[in-house]
Amino acid sequence: MVTRVKQRMVATRLLQALPILVLATFIVFSLMQLIPGDVAVTLAGENASVERIAQIREAYGLNQPFLAQYGQWLWNAAHGDLGVSLLSGEPVGDTIARTFPNTLMVALYAVILSVLIGVPLGIISATRSGSPLDSGIMGAASLGVAVPNFWFGMILVLYLGLTLKWFPATGFVSPFEDFSQAIWFATLPALALCTNGIAEVARQLRSSLVEIQSSQHVRTLHAKGLSPARILWLHGLKNVSVNLLTVVGLLFSKILAATVVVEAVFAIPGIGSSIVNAVLQGDFPVVQGAVLAMVITVIVVNLATDLLCTVLDPRINEL
Amino acid sequence: MSSETLSPSRASGTPDADQWHEPALPMRFLLWLKRDPRASISLLVLVLILGAALLSPWLAPHSPSEQNLDLILAPPDAAHLLGTDDLGRDVFSRLMYGGANSLYAALLAVIVALVIGMPLGLIAGFAGGWVDQVISRVIDTFLSFPAIILAVAVTGAMGIGLTNAMFSVGLVFAPQIARLIRARTLVVRQELYVDAARCFGASKARLLIRHVLPNAIQPVIVQSTLLLAVALLAEASLSFLGLGVQPPDVSWGSMIARGYLYMSIVPEQMYAPGLIIMVTAVAFNALGESLRSALDPTMKGHG
Repeated sequence: MVTRVKQRMVATRLLQALPILVLATFIVFSLMQLIPGDVAVTLAGENASVERIAQIREAYGLNQPFLAQYGQWLWNAAHGDLGVSLLSGEPVGDTIARTFPNTLMVALYAVILSVLIGVPLGIISATRSGSPLDSGIMGAASLGVAVPNFWFGMILVLYLGLTLKWFPATGFVSPFEDFSQAIWFATLPALALCTNGIAEVARQLRSSLVEIQSSQHVRTLHAKGLSPARILWLHGLKNVSVNLLTVVGLLFSKILAATVVVEAVFAIPGIGSSIVNAVLQGDFPVVQGAVLAMVITVIVVNLATDLLCTVLDPRINEL
Repeated sequence: MSSETLSPSRASGTPDADQWHEPALPMRFLLWLKRDPRASISLLVLVLILGAALLSPWLAPHSPSEQNLDLILAPPDAAHLLGTDDLGRDVFSRLMYGGANSLYAALLAVIVALVIGMPLGLIAGFAGGWVDQVISRVIDTFLSFPAIILAVAVTGAMGIGLTNAMFSVGLVFAPQIARLIRARTLVVRQELYVDAARCFGASKARLLIRHVLPNAIQPVIVQSTLLLAVALLAEASLSFLGLGVQPPDVSWGSMIARGYLYMSIVPEQMYAPGLIIMVTAVAFNALGESLRSALDPTMKGHG
């Protein structure tokens, strides 16, 4: 049952998220102000006629004050209108709808792999803390944090893709067309993305479990004759699950960011590669729209994990 | 006024007292390296890599742009330790020159983060009230942006190139520094000696620079060391995407990108830049962790 204390905390968190959401839209919009010189000239591209520049200035409301421009943009964005691509003319909303699910699928896959691989490693490390196995796992974790994941992706392409042919080297199948094929194609990118996640999940789990093992109440349980395995499952993991949830929430944001580079390696038609292409070609409405979509996703995911932690954490009731 | 007349006596008194209790800083540093093998090994690795990068104009066997079109994509041999790239340039020499660019880029990003983040954190923590509220909300918002994506977008707006790219990365890191400094400032400003200095009429600026900053700096040193590793990886990512270093300049990230193009012919060419990034990042992380346990009294013995 969700108590009054928790209800109030959930309400506070929701209210706190609101200014962040508004500020985030403001920052995304302000990015345009960083373009040096006359924005309309930049947006119009090379060799644009004077009429074209004037047209752009009009279309983007660039002759209006900054805050009015922001208000207009936010109003349109709230109604699903993020403008159109300067190059293809495709509405930015459509670009996001076309590419974002692909990115989300790969990112989620990587998060799931991080947990599936990281949790057992963390438990092994914690139950045998101080052993060579523990040192080995923690050593591998420090490599996992430091490896450039796009480079690791290339190594995977080379060995598991091209040499051993276990997985398709590059390319992508939409999860809406053929789900099993989609998973098949997304495996190498997800593996490339999850090194950091595995390392962080394993480290966090290990340190929380080691801390709990040396705590008073676990020592009491030992004294009462409970088996170590039972203590681990019933008392250790239950207590660290909230910590773990926070780590996974943060992980999602990191992995989502890393897709920008990894998508380029695997030629995945995701939102990351749309951002990079748009940046390289100066297609600013696409950059703004796609970054906004990602930021809002991250804010919502962070908020959701935060709320879930509040609801799940048994200690909060005591406050 | 009164604080000015007081400071000379304290300035002459404090160092003596310190020397009485513990050895001078260089000695303490050496003792730390002796006690902590992780710190000394990672520092040694970093000095070697930095040395090779900085001295590349004198040490590198070839110029990074010297083309030898008769010897394209050659495997490693005595003259070319890591082979040659698609324009017949010596990969080993490029790795040394590229290191200079990559390390410069990482350092630039961290300096930008410090220059923006430290004043913001100090002001937020020291001013309190609505100033703190506003700055903290902005920090929270920036922290909710996926870092690399914001850096890509800012680079796109400011213009492509290594300096702009790393300025963006620094901008993205700045909130982390600001949050850290703010938290420390909140703690330090409640200390008795800060109150005492305030009673003697020390100005706000003096309080910040003389008392709060020195006491808030240790976690920042640790965080900056750890950020160097992240910045190095960010440089690699941005240069790989073509947003960072532009040809004919070279960095470890752009070398990986080039190696990927010719992966099916000379797969071994993409190993070296990736491995050196990983080794350098591991060394920065290890050094940061060691510094953390050395500087933070509550962590002593956990190292």
